[in-house]
Amino acid sequence: MLNFLVSRFFSAMVVVLGVSCLVFLLIHLVPGDPIEVMLGESSQLADREALRHTLGLDLPVYVQLQQYFDGLMHLDLGTSLYSKRPIVDILSERIPATLELAIAGLFVSMIVAFPLGILAAIRKDTLWDGGAMTFSLLGISVPNFWMGPLLILVFSLWLGWFPVSGKDGVASLVLPAVTLGTALAAILSRMIRSSLLEVLNEDYIRTARAKGLSERSVILHHALRNALLPVITLMGLQLGVLLGGAVITEIVFSWPGVGQLTIEAIQRRDYPVVQACVLLISIAYVLVNTLTEFVYAGLDPRIRLVRDG
Amino acid sequence: MRYWFPAGIFICWFGLAAFGPLLPLMPDHIELSKILLTPGHGAWLGYDDLGRPLWDRLVEGAQVSFFVSLLVVMISLVIGTTIGAISAYVGGWFDHVIVRIIDIFLAFPGLLLAIALAGLMGPGLDNVVIALSVIGWVGFARLTRAQIMALKNRDHVYAALALGAKRTRIIIRHLLPLVSAPLIIEATFAIASVVIAEAGLSFLGLGIQPPDPSWGSMIRDGTRYMLVAPHMVLVPGIALLLVVLSVNLLGDRLRDWMDVKN
Repeated sequence: MLNFLVSRFFSAMVVVLGVSCLVFLLIHLVPGDPIEVMLGESSQLADREALRHTLGLDLPVYVQLQQYFDGLMHLDLGTSLYSKRPIVDILSERIPATLELAIAGLFVSMIVAFPLGILAAIRKDTLWDGGAMTFSLLGISVPNFWMGPLLILVFSLWLGWFPVSGKDGVASLVLPAVTLGTALAAILSRMIRSSLLEVLNEDYIRTARAKGLSERSVILHHALRNALLPVITLMGLQLGVLLGGAVITEIVFSWPGVGQLTIEAIQRRDYPVVQACVLLISIAYVLVNTLTEFVYAGLDPRIRLVRDG
Repeated sequence: MRYWFPAGIFICWFGLAAFGPLLPLMPDHIELSKILLTPGHGAWLGYDDLGRPLWDRLVEGAQVSFFVSLLVVMISLVIGTTIGAISAYVGGWFDHVIVRIIDIFLAFPGLLLAIALAGLMGPGLDNVVIALSVIGWVGFARLTRAQIMALKNRDHVYAALALGAKRTRIIIRHLLPLVSAPLIIEATFAIASVVIAEAGLSFLGLGIQPPDPSWGSMIRDGTRYMLVAPHMVLVPGIALLLVVLSVNLLGDRLRDWMDVKN
């Protein structure tokens, strides 16, 4: 088990290192002079050189890389060009909102996907199954930048149940969470259905039924617990997609999170902030995935034993 | 029905994209008297906030989404397949490095890397194609690599090797044809995700620039007038949904037909 944990941890660290390098290189890979893009073509030469010096872009690349990692070690991500504040402070203001949204989205997807997936599996090839899978296909195909405005149109403008946008209490969280959770619910319900269907043919399910257990107990205690394993992996993977999708959802609902900050920073040509946001979101994704693997290994002895042996 | 609905939508999309330039369209023509006019008599899909006809803009948007997705998927397919095939066949440290690079690209969730790239390179369709190809090749590379790893020790490969075939010939003539079915299916699903991604970037203002229309930027423009003119959001959104849905359905059918497990 320990071997497994250590090896997974190290490969996660390698990825984190690679991601950091790629984010650092982004500004160098982009064709043209980033300083000119940031300040505009009509800017004075002296101003450009001043900014170049402030950002350290006049130094050799390896020195810049060294300074960048030195900063990362001390949780120093530099200063915003727009607000002149430390980026770490700006990010820490935005993280709770994104976290709240991501957790709410995950919650929504679970309360939709579990009943739907279970229903589709136990009533396989019925109208219920067809309906649930049609919903799932629709959920995968609806982009969240259309789903969001649609929900606003129906529930905010026509029915007046929820605020149109912004972050103000629980009511304002509902529509963004549903927008974000729909795609995940769609994928998750499919996965739960197929995973449950596979398990339902196993011998121990027949034994449980033969013992005279209620159908409810067979499904919830015997089938679902075993069917959950692949579902957990998928949820970990999809939480990252949730984080990525949060960028667009936050823009649709003016939700003051990291995603909105990313787009604002892009519009303001505030490159250090863009880099910091991208770095934060992707590292969060890597960490969530690694944690998922640990949980998975903890739940399923086959995984850790095979890898150890 | 199972085939006709998605195939019909797909053909409409292709038709509008290919033959749109031949139609007498005026996507940028402004008629002040028709601002925000809802669909109805004499205004087939209605007019937008500047009095431009939505139908004309929709057709122009179909061209954008079709050609961007085609281009991105082709570029990603060629680059990804090449890298994946070489990596799997050559093996060794080269393969290790490629696997790490793939892992690093996969660590950026969803559109994030494309958003950052398109944002840093500046708006424009060419940059959208570049940004989406940069994230697009990874899926193909991973798939090709995994498939070729499973195939490269087959007897027919050794037979070709014994006959004196070169590595490139073995990869191109003896391995890639066996990988083509899963690749075609992957490419089909990739079209759906690139259509959404292009519209998403345009929605964020990072893609196509005004006055040229994309379905994504049309939706963004529409969100400001939802109370008075919901058709501005509904029309491009439904078009987008139908196209993505039909491509996904076609992908599913194709997978069943070619009998490939994912």
